[in-house]
Amino acid sequence: MSVDPATASGYTAHPQRMGFFTDTSVCIGCKACEVACKEWNAVPDDGMTFTGMSYDNTMSLSADTWRHVAFIEQPRPLGHQDPGVEGMDFRWLMASDVCKHCTHAACLDVCPTGSLFRTEFGTVVVQDDICNGCGYCVPACPYGVIGKRETTGVAAKCTLCYDRLGVGQEPACAKSCPTDSIQFGELDELRERAARRLEQMRAAGVDSARLYGHDPDDGVGGTGAFFLLLDEPEVYGLPPDPVVTTRDLPSMWRQAGIAAAVLLAGIAAATWGSRT
Amino acid sequence: MSEDRPADQTDVRMDDDLALRPEREATVGSAGGREPRGDGRRGDRRRGERRRGDRAMVPEADFRSYYGLPVLNEPTWHDYDIAGYLFLGGLAGASSILAAAAGVTGRPRLARAGKVGALCAIGGSFYALIHDLGKPSRFVNMLRVFKVTSPMSVGTWILSAYGPQAGLAAVTAVTGRFPRLGRAASAGAGLTGAAVATYTAVLVADTAVPLWHDGHRELPLLFAGSAMAAAGGLGLLAAPLAEAGPARGTALLGTALEAAAYLRMERRLGPVAEPLRRGKGRLVRLGEGLSAAGALLGATAGRRSRAAAVAAGAALLAGSACTRFGVFHAGIASANDPAYTVEPQRARLAARERQRNGVPE
Ligand code: SF4
Ligand code: SF4
Repeated sequence: MSVDPATASGYTAHPQRMGFFTDTSVCIGCKACEVACKEWNAVPDDGMTFTGMSYDNTMSLSADTWRHVAFIEQPRPLGHQDPGVEGMDFRWLMASDVCKHCTHAACLDVCPTGSLFRTEFGTVVVQDDICNGCGYCVPACPYGVIGKRETTGVAAKCTLCYDRLGVGQEPACAKSCPTDSIQFGELDELRERAARRLEQMRAAGVDSARLYGHDPDDGVGGTGAFFLLLDEPEVYGLPPDPVVTTRDLPSMWRQAGIAAAVLLAGIAAATWGSRT
Repeated sequence: MSEDRPADQTDVRMDDDLALRPEREATVGSAGGREPRGDGRRGDRRRGERRRGDRAMVPEADFRSYYGLPVLNEPTWHDYDIAGYLFLGGLAGASSILAAAAGVTGRPRLARAGKVGALCAIGGSFYALIHDLGKPSRFVNMLRVFKVTSPMSVGTWILSAYGPQAGLAAVTAVTGRFPRLGRAASAGAGLTGAAVATYTAVLVADTAVPLWHDGHRELPLLFAGSAMAAAGGLGLLAAPLAEAGPARGTALLGTALEAAAYLRMERRLGPVAEPLRRGKGRLVRLGEGLSAAGALLGATAGRRSRAAAVAAGAALLAGSACTRFGVFHAGIASANDPAYTVEPQRARLAARERQRNGVPE
């Protein structure tokens, strides 16, 4: 069952749902997307750190990092490829991560100010003139995407270049990607394209290829930005089976109701049960 | 076609011709034509598929992550603000209930202590909540909307209903003016106080933080118990012995409720409960110890000796604060370790897989 988030949010006439298909098999780790995103969106610097763990010194998504290129070195071959080093297998995995623009977005659900909202393109955007920096969205996101910016005190994350979409331009990261690893378009079409691409990779012998986030029946109702990965999601720092936390909210409120009743009954029992 | 490509040819090319984007179609890993060998990683041999390509040879059971970095972003909440609020909110809510009950049963000094305590605690709560905002001047933006999906929004409205009533109850109790208004406000503060003391469990549970989210069934009861212990403690501390009976009982019941909820949660959560036994998470156990000691002391020596009652009350208040700080920090620790995010999700996927294949658990 597939929900159109813009329709569900009350838009009557709206454009097609837009999204990203990030095909990590052709990512070359150049980080053009990270730079383009920072430039276009005026995202401040996220610290000059040397991690020493890999070629990745960005580490993760945050308020000041809206695209993050993961870099993984593994002692295993990629498909039929020969690394050219005698007696040694290795492959490099590179993947550009981004906000998933979830169909059921926890960040948006829990925001108490209405700062986070659903756009007509089905994406999720923070209005930074409304956010009061409560930070609730930060631990709500099952992917660790959104953060609170130190300098402004309010939440920040990828907007899927809302301003560019509005004038018919593709997002800065997709525009800058030299290998088309980041593909932008109508989500329905991207899903079909990804299914074809998966077939092609499997046929070429790369059996570790799999799609991530494409399934409208997953715990977040499918993501607006989905991926073709070459290993388990957790290897890229992605949760293997994310669930929107608000799915359990009815049960949480019920338990709180029971607890409130127990609290009232307990104190009443202690009071009326006690001799004066 | 990959077969006739030379082994050293790169798969990925730059191309300026927009009509032709061969890089997008590059079948990376197809050049070479060697017989692939796996490195034995788990998960590549799923769903009983035929083994070929770079499929693994041996499934690997160990946990994998991106260089051990957390999957989730760490909550930005400060412990003294938010854990402090969890404690103060519980203290305020339960104290209002105890005060209302004490007022009805003719224990004016216990009632007054509870009302004044509740007003101070809720004042501290408001301060902590606003202080923790990145933009405190925009606190009022909370009142733009009412969203049931946001426990923080619901909580803001609960506090807005509770705060003025708690204030009226305290002021009328201290001044002795407008007794009927005071009685109505006390009753109202007592009822809404029950919501104040328990919704905070939903506030933390409605996140992706593994310990808080997975504990969503027990946390409300644990918080209710902890709130009762705190309110009982305040009553023991402030009310004369002759009126403190309900406070002693509330402390005992609350401590028992909290301990039961904790045990149940720890058992049900399994490995995800580990952070409760490590680092600052151990504050929960300390808090339970303090609460139990305070409740027992209050129910024994605290019946006759004012000094013992004061000591018992202080232990109960400290115990409740420790419990809240412990739950808070254990949650943060569970968010910062990718194992608590990845492993339960892996287990869930495996269980679903078994179900699909009709294998019994
Ligand atoms: S990935 Fe996180 S920040 Fe992005 S829409 Fe989903 S919940 Fe919100
Ligand atoms: S920090 Fe801002 S965007 Fe995030 S939940 Fe709070 S008000 Fe909403």
